[in-house]
Amino acid sequence: MGGFDFSNHTRNAALMASGMPAPKATSTGTTIVGCLFDGGVVIAADTRATSGSVVADKNCEKLHYISPHIWCAGAGTAADTEFTTAIISSNLELHALSTGRKPRVVTCMTMLKQHLFKYQGHIGAYLVVAGCDPTGSHLYTVHAHGSTDRLPYVTMGSGSLAAMSVFETQWKKGIDRDGAVKLCSDAILAGIFNDLGSGSNVDVCVITPEKATLMRNYLTPNVRAPKELKYKFEKGTTAVLQEKLISKDELRRYITVTEVDAEGETTLTTDVMQVDA
Amino acid sequence: MRHSPRGGVGRTSVSDDAQFHPPQALFAISTTSIHPPVDPASASYLQISPRIQAGPHIKSTMSNPFTLNGGACLAMTGKDCVAIACDLRLGQQALTLSNNFPKVFNYGDVWLGLTGLATDVQTIHSLFRYKVNLYRLREEREIEPETMANLVSSTLYERRFGPYYVSPVVAGINQRTGKPFICGFDSIGCIDFAKDFIVSGTASDQLFGVAEGLWEPDLEADELFETISQTLLNSLDRDALAGWGAHVYIIKKDSVTKRLLRTRQD
Amino acid sequence: MASSYLLPHAQHAPHAHPTASSQPRQHHWSPYTENGGVILGIAGKDYVIIAGDTRSSEGYNINTRTARKIFQLGSGIILGVVGMSADGEELARKVARKIDDYKRNHDKHITVSAAAVMLSRTLYQKRFFPYYCQPLLGGLDENGVGAIYTYDYVGSFEREQSRAFGSAAALITPFLDNQINLKNQFVPGSNGEEPRTPGDMPRDLVEKIVKDAFSSAVERQIEVGDGLQMVTVTRAPPRAEEEEATVEDDDEWTGSTISETLSPLKQD
Repeated sequence: MGGFDFSNHTRNAALMASGMPAPKATSTGTTIVGCLFDGGVVIAADTRATSGSVVADKNCEKLHYISPHIWCAGAGTAADTEFTTAIISSNLELHALSTGRKPRVVTCMTMLKQHLFKYQGHIGAYLVVAGCDPTGSHLYTVHAHGSTDRLPYVTMGSGSLAAMSVFETQWKKGIDRDGAVKLCSDAILAGIFNDLGSGSNVDVCVITPEKATLMRNYLTPNVRAPKELKYKFEKGTTAVLQEKLISKDELRRYITVTEVDAEGETTLTTDVMQVDA
Repeated sequence: MRHSPRGGVGRTSVSDDAQFHPPQALFAISTTSIHPPVDPASASYLQISPRIQAGPHIKSTMSNPFTLNGGACLAMTGKDCVAIACDLRLGQQALTLSNNFPKVFNYGDVWLGLTGLATDVQTIHSLFRYKVNLYRLREEREIEPETMANLVSSTLYERRFGPYYVSPVVAGINQRTGKPFICGFDSIGCIDFAKDFIVSGTASDQLFGVAEGLWEPDLEADELFETISQTLLNSLDRDALAGWGAHVYIIKKDSVTKRLLRTRQD
Repeated sequence: MASSYLLPHAQHAPHAHPTASSQPRQHHWSPYTENGGVILGIAGKDYVIIAGDTRSSEGYNINTRTARKIFQLGSGIILGVVGMSADGEELARKVARKIDDYKRNHDKHITVSAAAVMLSRTLYQKRFFPYYCQPLLGGLDENGVGAIYTYDYVGSFEREQSRAFGSAAALITPFLDNQINLKNQFVPGSNGEEPRTPGDMPRDLVEKIVKDAFSSAVERQIEVGDGLQMVTVTRAPPRAEEEEATVEDDDEWTGSTISETLSPLKQD
């Protein structure tokens, strides 16, 4: 139950020693930001996921739920940010249940950093943690190796410099909610347009002691323009060699039929989906 | 030394020259690389031990688990229907071993496309057949595509530090809601929920380009068949590692059509 | 000669000191860089189109959103280059100069086939320190038919109907196969027996397909975007008698018209 399975590791290490490269994971060459304001905290992210220089997902979600008042923005290896936030969310819920208290952001941040430190940076999750708890509004960054920061405004990912340039020129002390949302979305836009690893839309999450509001696709500045032509094909354009209608009954059969002849030798194995192709 | 790079660059030193490497052959019309033959014994600029100097040789025969066997898979959504398709090639590098290696598998109401290392494709297929059968016994119902997506994701991420070399694609219609569903994964289980199409395999770049051009929303089942088939076929023709026949499944809520396509046999 | 730039390490130098401190310092500098982008060329019955995006990037950074990758070389010949933009621009300047020289020396415009050979020689002259770019030469041939010549970066070349080069070539090429050459398409009702044949594609239709090919590539290739530069060579309309008489004008008359359009692409 739980934990990682390393049983392929020896095989893969042997393959890599013989010259195979490590598998390419979807990485979110990303822009994520966060900003504290009077009475809450905002986090925001772009929505592009890349695999090398190809866009794998044009509208992915990089804002992850942790608890009702704690959300997390993730950059780095997409699967790692997804599962790391999910497991911490789960453990934090259990922690809240056992203590009978609302979970604190600092607890979440500590659990994340301890988890990530344990894996010595091999879990490539770079996170912005934000939320409100009985001690106030909080904003942290957590790096893959386990180091953390606590700041009034933060940026991470490949677009972090573009985004930080917006914060460093426009951030003011005592910024209000709308100002923080505008500042965060502007910072993400800077990443979207100036960093090739970031793109598509802006997601924003505003967290106050009362509630967290996820504004999915808060801005959509990159909608594709209509194509010049229609590319529907006339029916019968493609050459078909064989066609078979598969009945529902056939699909619902989940046993494999094996016919055995008189000598007891297997002669024919009919897999469920076998079509004489 | 007339043709040496020194002639072309203003300031060079001996140590700079040690760093000169010819560019990688992105596209050479000739059958051989433009790189001058390098004698391994004198290739000291590589600065590596004799054992690893054998590396480039092994690398050329076993370069990448994702491209070793070749293959491509594609899923698309339509109006109240989904489609999933794959090629039939199984190869070892440039050598084709089989032209009857389908990469789309069925688990009740869910279809799973698997490209990548063929041994892992088969391992993963039997693993999911086992897992889905257990699910059916325990739940006394068919697995839904959304549930399957999470099962695939967590199964792959469990092996985060020793992954299966596969890029799965899930397609199906939720039998409760009637909603079409497709999604894709990287090899460690990150889900890509797309509304339009999912591509995977050695022809993924080609598939991305053609699908982005040909796909449009709300295609009827027979239109979707033409669009997914044309997308797959034209992509396969530009990938030396995939092709040799194709299977296309057109899935509606209560009927499924499987077609075998005629393709180039090279 | 071939390995002159695979410069010997210190241990090969006969008088090198054996200790590590005397080893040459490693300067991590490479003469080459990759600036991304994509170009494509299509040759028609009486026209040639070369199109390219206008983004020039390095890593995850955009150097400029307005870099032209297609150059008019004079004498009705155009050149698209993708790869390292510095080398591409230098190559275009060099070939444009040679085309001009040709005109002055021979008192006539170079044909596109002669220019193609000349470009090949120009590339091969730098066989051991090549220009890091893939050129695509276009123009109308002696019969006024569109011609596209494609090259690898050391000068191997052939005449083709259509070709895409650059970081989204894999995305665009099969789309063009399908939509320009009608590959894998059969006449409906022929039961997959009668292939659809590409006739003479009207230029405006091809231009629309090119635009869609680029807007598709922009969606999925992070190095492609910002703007679309499309350069078209068509036959010039026949001249009036008195116009022909002007000597000055005759020098410039190439028989072809070059037009260039710029249109926006997504900038993310």
